[in-house]
Amino acid sequence: MAQELLGTRRLVVGAHYGTIDFIVQRVTAVIMAVYTIVLFLGVLLTPDLNFESWRHLFTFTWFSLPVGQLLATLAFLSLAWHAWIGVRDIWMDYVRSAGLRLFLQVLTILWLVAAIVFFAKILWSL
Amino acid sequence: MSDSASKPRPQFRNLSVPQILSYRLPLAGKSSILHRVSGALLFLCLPLVILPLFALSVTSPESFANMRDWVANPLCKLVLLVLIWGFLHHFCAGIRYLILDLHIGNDKYSAQKSAGVVFGVSLGLTVVFGLKLFGVW
Repeated sequence: MAQELLGTRRLVVGAHYGTIDFIVQRVTAVIMAVYTIVLFLGVLLTPDLNFESWRHLFTFTWFSLPVGQLLATLAFLSLAWHAWIGVRDIWMDYVRSAGLRLFLQVLTILWLVAAIVFFAKILWSL
Repeated sequence: MSDSASKPRPQFRNLSVPQILSYRLPLAGKSSILHRVSGALLFLCLPLVILPLFALSVTSPESFANMRDWVANPLCKLVLLVLIWGFLHHFCAGIRYLILDLHIGNDKYSAQKSAGVVFGVSLGLTVVFGLKLFGVW
């Protein structure tokens, strides 16, 4: 149905970056939402929340696999990719000067890479 | 080249801040712009507030106590309350978008109603977490 509405003169070109970003934004959102809910349930279902039990939510293992750390890393990488697309879209919408926009986008990448390294360092040295 | 590329698109550059503020957005529009604002806020506060507190909370029992001292500070509580609202609004509005993407509730009436639900749930939960944060129970 959608194909008919687009007409015959539509140019089908490009690398579909927009489509990929659209899908990534939603997939990463679902990953974060599920992780947040599971983590929140973990907090709620812990009878006595203290340092040990809180830390355990991120360090628990399953058959000696570091599942807690792996899930947290997956969720954080999703966060960073999600934030990149979102913040880049803000710059693209409001900043008209190409030079300033590039500068802000580079700053955004550095900010997020720093966040990833910071988080990885905390999490994987537990 | 396609038609759209040859014709210059109309541009509206007569917008000013008071003008933007005077526009009366529908509820879905308010939810949308706040989705953007809350996302930007969370992005900025991630390495500044959220990660440092997370680092303190998991590193050692001493740093955990240190984190609790920080969170006991009223100013820190206020910042956290704003971040809690930002997270909850972004979360609820995001779930709404995911549902809209499934072509559920796209008509004007349902979309308006679901935007109301986003505000109800996110603000309600902010109050609940806020009361918990400020030690009401």
